Amino acid sequence: MSGTESVAFDTPLRERRADTFAMWVFIGSEAMLFGAIFLVFLVAHIDFGPAFAAASKRLSLPLGTLNTAVLITSSFTMALAHMLALHRHWRPTIWALVATAALGLCFLIVKGIEYGKEISEGLAPLLGLPFRYAGPDPVHAEFFFGLYFTMTSLHALHLIGGIVVIAGMIALWPTSSPANRLRRVVAVGLYWHFVDIIWVFMFPVLYLINR
Amino acid sequence: MSNAAMQGTYLGEGSGLRAWLLTTDHKRVAWLYLISLTVFFFLGGAMAVLMRIELATPAGDLVSDDVYNRLFSLHGIIMVWFFLVPSIPGTMGNFLLPLMIGARDLAFPRLNLASWYVFIFGSLFALFAVVAGGVDTGWTFYTPLSTLYANGFVSTAAFGVFIVGFSTIMTGINFIVTVHTLRAPGLTWFRLPIFVWTLYATSLVMVLATPVLAASLILIVLERVFGIGIFNPDLGGDPLLFQHLFWFYSHPAVYIMILPGMGVVSEVLPCFSRRPLFGYKAVAMSSMAIAVFGFLVWGHHMFVSGQSAYAGVVFSFLSFCVAIPSAIKVFNWSLTLRKGEISFETPMLYALFFLGLFTFGGLAGLFLAALAVDVHVHDTYFVIAHFHYIMVGGMVTAYMAGLHFWWPKLTGRMYSETAGRIAATVTFVGFNLTFFPQYMLGFNGMPRRYHTYPPEFQFWNVLSSAGAVVLAIGYLMPLFYLGWSLFRGARAPDNPWNATGLEWQTSSPPPPYNFETMPVVTRPAYAYDMKGLEHESFSPHREEAAR
Repeated sequence: MSGTESVAFDTPLRERRADTFAMWVFIGSEAMLFGAIFLVFLVAHIDFGPAFAAASKRLSLPLGTLNTAVLITSSFTMALAHMLALHRHWRPTIWALVATAALGLCFLIVKGIEYGKEISEGLAPLLGLPFRYAGPDPVHAEFFFGLYFTMTSLHALHLIGGIVVIAGMIALWPTSSPANRLRRVVAVGLYWHFVDIIWVFMFPVLYLINR
Repeated sequence: MSNAAMQGTYLGEGSGLRAWLLTTDHKRVAWLYLISLTVFFFLGGAMAVLMRIELATPAGDLVSDDVYNRLFSLHGIIMVWFFLVPSIPGTMGNFLLPLMIGARDLAFPRLNLASWYVFIFGSLFALFAVVAGGVDTGWTFYTPLSTLYANGFVSTAAFGVFIVGFSTIMTGINFIVTVHTLRAPGLTWFRLPIFVWTLYATSLVMVLATPVLAASLILIVLERVFGIGIFNPDLGGDPLLFQHLFWFYSHPAVYIMILPGMGVVSEVLPCFSRRPLFGYKAVAMSSMAIAVFGFLVWGHHMFVSGQSAYAGVVFSFLSFCVAIPSAIKVFNWSLTLRKGEISFETPMLYALFFLGLFTFGGLAGLFLAALAVDVHVHDTYFVIAHFHYIMVGGMVTAYMAGLHFWWPKLTGRMYSETAGRIAATVTFVGFNLTFFPQYMLGFNGMPRRYHTYPPEFQFWNVLSSAGAVVLAIGYLMPLFYLGWSLFRGARAPDNPWNATGLEWQTSSPPPPYNFETMPVVTRPAYAYDMKGLEHESFSPHREEAAR
């Protein structure tokens, strides 16, 4: 067919529009996944507010803030990639994509350091690790940390997915037509911004609440 | 099948295993689904037959309580996630959606094939759980049973269901995008066949509800494997939370299962009564209303769970509301038949049986939506009978109706009409004999999920078990005469039922990219009242004239 990846479309423009639309539908689906887990957190927070507030203070606010900055910057570089691709400046587009993936990696490294710190302080109630929380109401603090690890690791998994997809896109770059390049940058960009926005909600809910 | 007549059709494009397993043609992917779903249907069905044999006598003499628990759990898990959810969308949906809207394929053909592989990958986990020793939590995986007390392969089965969820979401996204972007010129939203509307509504529910199931299953696996106690009160968690999350998916999932069946019936009834569908817009919009209401009624599964009485009242009211769009459909289908030239071909028989069984099961749903009655019959065979009337009597009957209706299009062959009519009738009799007694049992207080029962329940149980045997025969029959038709059946004409719809305007079986020339639509759906249908209608060579 005329330069489209799917036989169903007759022009690349229609295919790009369909791709973008599909990504929005997928994001709607993902929003329900995170929505369910956020809901669990918020219900628990209503029930056990004081315990959650005390436990939340044990998280590292500086590292969390740093990570928020890193991720928002990565969204900026992703937006740059989109703009550059629209104007068909392919080489700078690649660099913007590499920067985005690198910032994503930075986020994961910082997150790993944070996890290490929490595990060594005995704040990780998983895999039978010792839970040594000295604050008030340790049972519900344990619930808080359980949710913290669930939510942040689910987000991290999505970020890893984003990095892998960017890497794949770069690997396919030399053999791709301009239309396919643009189509992929737009779709992956949408996904990347979505994963960032999840963090923008997660950060205040986990780190800043009742501070 | 590889003979001269199949040249130029999608069946003639390479016949090796490789050509089928690497295909991106939506029509071939539909076959991959059809074959794998048939295997699961009979696997789940065999478990049900074993259960019914056990229940023929009050004592637990065939299987132990533990084995019985595993039988009903796996029966539920397999039938819900490995048959009912993908059933019509995966097979007829895949095959017909592009044909019905005049497209060359689904929007994302490779995603479509990937969805089948993901389905198979997930099903391997479930099959492993079956072989390795089973699951004894029921298909609902309720906590804390599933997290603290169950001994089976809960994580494996839950993970399998989780993976199959991805396949569902892929299909949903593909269908939504296809309907939005690939309709033929002139095919406006309100000219779409109702089957397309119901697939669209189903896809919306798939995309928005399945991730919530994924979230709840992730949390179960995290609890069992990593020890994070979201649902464990000892670790600060809340077991009831699981029920909320689970039913937030699983109630809408009921509509994932039944909506496509409603779509099939909306195609078959007008065709065999030679009448346009009565109240087209109302039927189309009621599908959307069911999809929306479906998200707001999950609490009716939890009337006795200790949720607040106010929540119970609100959920009860909303559950009654679902009856409105369902009743709109039933009345419109009935009025379609009025003054029609009705003929009783096999698909029509199945569709009429659907109409009766769905209505009967739906009315029992109103009993269950009523708070006080539900407290009386909760967790009894009354509930079992209700949802089997909808899921088996409704959905599986509609599936059979669709399979017989579009079989000539799928294969290019006709089947024995006599055998088809006999099978449909045997199914109807067997179904009612199996499940009507369960209403009586439930109302008299027999609880579900027990392998023994007091002797006074034996009369109805024996009837039900006898019915299960008849029903099994009814479902096995098509396996033989459709299998025979596949290789030996008479050649099917392009439009054997003289039906409207773009899928009948191309050859049987269709060519690889569906249409020789892209069709242009100039009429509403179900134009059975317009004269000279078979001569002009939507045929491709009128494209020029329409422009």
